[in-house]
Amino acid sequence: MIAIVNYGVGNLKSIKKAVEKFDRAVVTRDAEEIKAADGIILPGVGAFPAAIKNLTDLKDVIVKAKVPVLGICLGMQLFAEVSEEGGINEGLKIIRGRVVKFPESVGKIPHMGWNVVKNEDHEIFEGIKDQYFYFVHSYYFKAEEGIIATTDYGIEFPSAVAKNNFIGVQFHPEKSGKVGLKLIENFVEICKQNP
Amino acid sequence: MLAKRIIPCLDVTLDEKGARVVKGVEFVNLRDAGDPVELAKRYDEEGADELVFLDITASAQGRKTMVDVIERTAEEVFIPLTVGGGIKSIEDINEMLSAGADKVSINTAAVKNPEFVRKAAEIFGSQCIVVAIDCRRNFDLSKGKYFVELEDGRKAWYEVVIYGGRKPTGIDAVEWAKKVEELGAGEILLTSMNRDGTKIGYDIPITRKISEEVKIPVIASGGAGKPEHFYEAFTAGKADACLAASIFHYREIEIEELKRYLKERGIPVRI
Repeated sequence: MIAIVNYGVGNLKSIKKAVEKFDRAVVTRDAEEIKAADGIILPGVGAFPAAIKNLTDLKDVIVKAKVPVLGICLGMQLFAEVSEEGGINEGLKIIRGRVVKFPESVGKIPHMGWNVVKNEDHEIFEGIKDQYFYFVHSYYFKAEEGIIATTDYGIEFPSAVAKNNFIGVQFHPEKSGKVGLKLIENFVEICKQNP
Repeated sequence: MLAKRIIPCLDVTLDEKGARVVKGVEFVNLRDAGDPVELAKRYDEEGADELVFLDITASAQGRKTMVDVIERTAEEVFIPLTVGGGIKSIEDINEMLSAGADKVSINTAAVKNPEFVRKAAEIFGSQCIVVAIDCRRNFDLSKGKYFVELEDGRKAWYEVVIYGGRKPTGIDAVEWAKKVEELGAGEILLTSMNRDGTKIGYDIPITRKISEEVKIPVIASGGAGKPEHFYEAFTAGKADACLAASIFHYREIEIEELKRYLKERGIPVRI
């Protein structure tokens, strides 16, 4: 069972449907239910300040999780120490680095559409190499460790990070067609193998 | 580098069998091409980058049908889905997003009440809000604001039209595009009525002009007939995405083939 953490307004339907292709999924914000899951997904649509606030009572459950945790988009950005979106807000401090806005020089913001994810070998990318994924974001996570993929949008930014049992992706695998589903399948597989 | 997008559009209507896609499908393969969910799956398989569903009934019944179509599509198709046609309230948007849509496209309601766009963008985020602009060339140069040089050297301005092109508004399309960007629209879906259904190519002059004047992505629509037209829209027209309907339904152009054609000519596309 994969717990999809419901901490705001985002539409969680696609991610739930995608996970359900490979495992059971529950959308929840109940601490006990999250603790009992084989894996946790932190989805992400919306703004950082509201998200971290809505997550206050679940911070501990997530940071101390022993099972694999997948942060998607804003969910990945929540792993940071600090975000500059809507003022300065502290993140979950799982991975060193801060969340910053794209410079105007990159062109159109948000960075929206399909872009190439240049990935290193990591089990979340099993069977995936330098593929297109779907992005929608104006801020990016300038991670200082654990970068396992980068993407070029005027600047080269980290599009996936991993540290211990935490994996973050800036793109939306649940909107990235077959390749995206493969990544979700990989995550479910990682969860199943976790002792 | 961001890929240029190819977006099939499904015009959805109702008949005694339920939701159907129209635009010529009565001539070919009626059963399969007619069901919007089946068609959506086919396009996903073939490499479409997004899908747009347009409710062309624009009735309460049509909207209910659309919710059902989106729900069923979202269970099986994992690429971005946009819904348009008769979207005129925050509740309408909520209903579509909850059904599984990622974006909504607002047309007439935006012209009638621009504040609706601002409010929608504030609540749901700009990335959710596409403003569809339908326009038509107007050669009365005593009106209009932005004059665009056409292929034959003549000048025209483009007038925004609403109610499916039936009603001219007197509004300059370029000025309106800049306005909707300021109101918080995340994308512009631009249809030139001079080209819609013609298959002679996208309206390059207005596509280029609006692409240059706004920072948000512009989706070119209306007039696609062959692969060269897409190439033109991405290069000369500076479009970020190209939308087409009947040529994909009919399989006059296969999406995979189209993408290979574009890639060979240096256009970044997702293959």
